[in-house]
Amino acid sequence: MVLTAPDPNKVGTIEDAIADLKAAFPNDVSDDKREGYGGVIVSADKLLEVASYIRDTLKFDYLSSATAVDYLGEGHHSNDHMEMVYHAYRTTGGSALVFKAQTDREKAELPSLVSVWRGADFQEREAWDLFGIRFKGHPNLKRILMWEGFYGHPMRKDWKEAFYESEHKPFDSRWPEGHVYRAEELNVFGSNVKYPSDIDLSRLTDKSESDLYTGFGLGVDMTHMTDENGIQTDELVVNMGPHHPSTHGVFRMVMRLDGETITHLEPVMGYLHRNHEKIGERNTYLHNIPFTDRLDYISSMGNNHGYVLAVEQLLAKGAKYTPPTYRTEVLRVLMVELSRIVNHLWAIGFWLNDLGAFFTPVLYFVQERERILDFFEAVAGSRMMCNYMRFGGVFADLPERIKSTMNLMNDRVRDFDTMQFLQEMINERIPRTIDELDEYLTNSDIVQSRSKGVGYLSAEDAINFSAAGPLLRGSGVAYDIRRADPYSIYPELDFDVAVQHEGDMYARYMVRLIEMRESVRILKQILPRLEYTKGESVTSSFAYSGKIPLGEAYGRVENGKGELGYYVVSAGDKKNTANPWRYHVRAPSFINLTPLGHMCRGTKVADVVAILGSIDIVLGETDR
Amino acid sequence: MNGIGFVKGMLVTLRHFVNTYVDDLRYGFRKYSPDVDNFETRQGTKAEGAFTVQYPEEKLAMPERFRFVPFLVVNDYDHPEAPGKDWCTSCGICAKVCPPQCIWIVRSNDPVTGRPVPEPEAFFIDIDICMNCGFCAEFCPFDAIKMDHDYELSSYDRTTNHVFDKQKLSKEFKYWKTIAPTRAVEEMQARGGWEHKDAQKAARRGGADAGKDAKREEVRARKAEAAAPTAAPAAEAVAEAPKPAAEVKAEPAAAPAAEGARPWEESHDQREARKQAALARKAARAAKKDG
Repeated sequence: MVLTAPDPNKVGTIEDAIADLKAAFPNDVSDDKREGYGGVIVSADKLLEVASYIRDTLKFDYLSSATAVDYLGEGHHSNDHMEMVYHAYRTTGGSALVFKAQTDREKAELPSLVSVWRGADFQEREAWDLFGIRFKGHPNLKRILMWEGFYGHPMRKDWKEAFYESEHKPFDSRWPEGHVYRAEELNVFGSNVKYPSDIDLSRLTDKSESDLYTGFGLGVDMTHMTDENGIQTDELVVNMGPHHPSTHGVFRMVMRLDGETITHLEPVMGYLHRNHEKIGERNTYLHNIPFTDRLDYISSMGNNHGYVLAVEQLLAKGAKYTPPTYRTEVLRVLMVELSRIVNHLWAIGFWLNDLGAFFTPVLYFVQERERILDFFEAVAGSRMMCNYMRFGGVFADLPERIKSTMNLMNDRVRDFDTMQFLQEMINERIPRTIDELDEYLTNSDIVQSRSKGVGYLSAEDAINFSAAGPLLRGSGVAYDIRRADPYSIYPELDFDVAVQHEGDMYARYMVRLIEMRESVRILKQILPRLEYTKGESVTSSFAYSGKIPLGEAYGRVENGKGELGYYVVSAGDKKNTANPWRYHVRAPSFINLTPLGHMCRGTKVADVVAILGSIDIVLGETDR
Repeated sequence: MNGIGFVKGMLVTLRHFVNTYVDDLRYGFRKYSPDVDNFETRQGTKAEGAFTVQYPEEKLAMPERFRFVPFLVVNDYDHPEAPGKDWCTSCGICAKVCPPQCIWIVRSNDPVTGRPVPEPEAFFIDIDICMNCGFCAEFCPFDAIKMDHDYELSSYDRTTNHVFDKQKLSKEFKYWKTIAPTRAVEEMQARGGWEHKDAQKAARRGGADAGKDAKREEVRARKAEAAAPTAAPAAEAVAEAPKPAAEVKAEPAAAPAAEGARPWEESHDQREARKQAALARKAARAAKKDG
């Protein structure tokens, strides 16, 4: 496939596309008329054809998010059903074409879209795992976050977690009769844990491991395996992780090797799974903000941003709320760009660790990160778990001074003027570090020989696999949400989309390097804006018990690791709700792993570690 | 591919290596002396070389907004009128806004009328669950709960030490002024004075205040009476010297006797019994209200 400009006759607004779609499938596509909803509903049996039409004819070639929603019992959605929600985009820019397919709750089955977008692979597995929707035609429909043998589908509305207390927070037991107890002391195996009635708990055996290895062709008849020289050979299955220093956390890869060459690789994840989304649905909208910090904990500011954007979209549907002021947006962009630099410094540093440059480069970059985190700490209160953004505002304006006071416990004191600190950082220190990084690594022979041509992902594959961020842009697709589907004040800021065409690890490194420079460019434009918006209010008017109007929203940002999206549904029997009905995180770290097996095929074992590092994942976000 | 890029890279490493020693030579032993004047430079934007802080010999003072496990603000212990009085009115907003739901509050009720008294009977924070988000401090309308700067909370036994009760959580208002001077002033301006909002309201009302104080005393006496059968000596102390200070000190003795010294150590049955008692009390109150 050659990337050409889309056919001008076919490209238009989303309305045109929907009209086109309805004309092509008059009986199977209808508008989603529920209050606060958008997009179209596609009948399940035609889903595959409609999806192909959307991709090939309407040119929505990028499937951003595919997720399920369980509509059970609430008055607003009278008949219970499961729903898959797809967000497709054009890589040339523009907003989403949202299409949905509904199915029965009890016998949930839908056609798989993996044949249209391979990026749907992990996302459909997740929907099967957590919601129990079977995807007909999926090549490898296994659980992905829970283990095989887990009983039930935890994101279903009628599933209750082990320490289940009540449907929604705040819990009644906390106030006014808040007699404390520790949840650990409750019996986990009480009425909340479900397992099949015929099972004997004392005789449980876990078959998931052997099942996994079976898929890798263990027990092949090795007498029939000879290489081109006629030498008898055998393929070897190697398990790497979850406790392996190079996997950036508890991530596991099972590989089949022919000598040192990888013939098949399958990522295994979920070791850090905590069902973030279920927690999110128990939480109120406000409660979720600090929880988003814990997703990609390297760039928590960006996580906050995506979530507040999604909820602000919902608020704009009719709640009483003041939209963010200009200064709020300026502060948000300041924070997000700083955390993008942090993220890329971290990513490049640890990628070098994976290449074998053990900890020397990464510590140089971490030193710069320290300064930025000091700034976050002084402004937001925490170095990594920033919890800075609010609906329609931010936690607080910049302090006058980055200042600490000596007290009995801690004696080493610092005191800087905030604006001066920022100016020195943005104009001198950060650019100097980036230049040094460039001098240090870009032309290094070792870096080049290890990374050039390794881990190749072509442009069309990158799009088809729903890759995002530096992985997508390193493959020559100039798709950056800040430009393609702009949010906040990015349209008025002057910056370029970093793009490299080689599609290998080196290209991804270069994308990160250029992107850091572009971030500095943005930050330099932010500084004067900070000066002249001084004094504007930045506080949120959202009350702690604030309600959100009915509807759905998909807020997405270009985070350091790629497209981070939040699909939030507010539904209930009343006009508005305090708790999200559905809270889904489109995690770039998770979906970017879809092409890992594809990229690693044919490379050497030693490169796998580096290829994984070049994707740049954080397990907090992958496993959620 | 001639090795020049690699050599250039090594020069960067060398530069970093040398810088570390330049820093050492520049400051010598003054680097770690108790009256550090170079710390700010070494940790600021002009820093070069090693940036490590020699923890625990050197401890970074936290910026004002730093947030760690919250504490409850009480009046200074040398406060002229109400030493050690809780600022918390047990309105429960912090417990509701807490994302991991780690705050537990028992609202105190007047034992005779059953009406809530604006003071918590018990207040617990499970610090193992607390995620240090700072929402409780942000949404507290009375500035009664604040995020602390003391981050050294590790202990040898998490099962007993990590549920902080009111006594352990309470810190003087003075302390808040030392760790966050700027914010304390900002909040004072918003409140209109250094005192608690309610105290100011009472002061503004002037004459009416005396009656309210008398009523408070009355409630206190009644509370002491209610606690008397189980904790007679402590309750007597409260009854005889109905000063707020005495009450704060006596409470750990009086309240736990009624509620169990360490509620998190109770057996399931005890907890159930207590829950039933609470429900019965609630039902009685409701009945009274209806009747």
